[in-house]
Amino acid sequence: MEVLQLLIYGVVLGGIIALGAIGVSLTFGILGFANFSHGDLMSAGAYVALIFFTTLAWPLWIALPIAVMATAALAVVIDRSLYRWFRSRQPVILLISSFGVALMLRALVQIFWGPDTITYQTGIQMPYRFAGLRIRPDQVTILVCTVLLVLAVHLFLQKTKMGKAMRAMADNPGLARLSGIDTERVVLWTWVLGGSLAGAAGVFLGLDTRLHPEMGWHLLLPIFAAAILGGIGKPYGAIAGGLVIGIVQETSTLFLAPAYKPAIAFAILVVMLLVRPTGLFAGRSTV
Amino acid sequence: MSLLAMQAVTGGYGEADVLHGVSLRVEPGEVVVIVGPNGAGKSTAMKAVFGLLRLRGGTITFDGQDITGWKPDRIVRRGICFVPQTDNVFPTLTVQENLEMGAYVRDDDIRPAMERVFALFPPLREKRRQAAGTLSGGQRQMVAMGRALMLEPKLLLLDEPTAGLSPIFIDQIFEIVRQVNAAGIGILMVEQNAKQALAIADRGYVMAQGANRHEGSGAELLADREVAEMFLGG
Repeated sequence: MEVLQLLIYGVVLGGIIALGAIGVSLTFGILGFANFSHGDLMSAGAYVALIFFTTLAWPLWIALPIAVMATAALAVVIDRSLYRWFRSRQPVILLISSFGVALMLRALVQIFWGPDTITYQTGIQMPYRFAGLRIRPDQVTILVCTVLLVLAVHLFLQKTKMGKAMRAMADNPGLARLSGIDTERVVLWTWVLGGSLAGAAGVFLGLDTRLHPEMGWHLLLPIFAAAILGGIGKPYGAIAGGLVIGIVQETSTLFLAPAYKPAIAFAILVVMLLVRPTGLFAGRSTV
Repeated sequence: MSLLAMQAVTGGYGEADVLHGVSLRVEPGEVVVIVGPNGAGKSTAMKAVFGLLRLRGGTITFDGQDITGWKPDRIVRRGICFVPQTDNVFPTLTVQENLEMGAYVRDDDIRPAMERVFALFPPLREKRRQAAGTLSGGQRQMVAMGRALMLEPKLLLLDEPTAGLSPIFIDQIFEIVRQVNAAGIGILMVEQNAKQALAIADRGYVMAQGANRHEGSGAELLADREVAEMFLGG
């Protein structure tokens, strides 16, 4: 029973990690750099939702889309004003500048909302119970929304011309350019997609736990572990990787103190890089 | 009027020039082959046409229009497609998706073009739902050429299409090049298998040290003793 209960928590956390990992994996595949600001983009999304959901007391189904759109817009603005100028430079320059963006986003959150933890809603939520297992209504919301979002991402990547172009560019950027694919447009849509999912993941993380200026930053390591586990550059691998990392992190609390959860993600990351650096699903062949 | 004309093109990837005055042309419906030793700048000359090089001098005209300095996506829309030597498919995309990406700039119905590609490369029809990365080398080359043909270009640039393929596939690829050309598409091709390539070529250029040294019909170059000794390995 205990294992099943942890499995539920693991799937909830794994879904949140997966949403973040899809964005990290796609930006790596398409732009060729590890985006260290992705976690703080999640925090930004969570705090935007706080304005509408908690301060203005609007329902979640309105606050969530606003936060998602705001985070997507933020990601695009950051790209247009900063990353775009470094596109032709070495990837390490983009990586370091994304680190700077991460610090700026975190500082902005702290300026507006302070350094303390905040909750969306105070009071106790009574969990649903079935067969001795517990799941909170918020977690049901998170699970349902995550499944719907992953489904939407799947349909976008498989059925639309832009989605296919995005996968093509993650596969082989040079050939995408030779095929006449408008790469700047693909980059724009990659940020819209990655930013949207990061925003949603941030809100879900806030719902599942609490809001804190470093909430997203702390999730960045598991997100990278998930992206690498799934073969970086592969959005589907990132989803699977996210679930694996989430479930392993939660079930590890059977044997280890919960404080070691990030260490588990880190251990998986290191082992993967040593044993199968291309990821579980045989990532890009050029590495 | 030539379909493609390069006039005294110089340039390279960075500071140093690789091309030192390359002049060559492709007439409508011609198969033109560039041969020469390694490092002669054959592939580089082709990349220059496609806007992948920093040019320092010279002009490139296509179909009566000056395309010097154009970006690849604009050149593609104008009707030139390029098949690189390596990494020329999208490995995780299916065969069909690879072909769709080749027609990315088209907004009209691409099914007739896809049917033509499948007619030219029957094995691809069966494997249309398979990821291109799982195919054999020869089939992958078919996907690469099929992707380029989806745009129904006026000129096809092929960078060593037979490199690394077994002799059976090499014959097949040359046969396909002939068929593609028979549909009226001009072809500019860099080839290591110089003798075989010159045999199907209307004209050929021998390049060395970043410039074209000899020009002639395929048969003339094959018969030329000097060319044979220097570049075709006797």
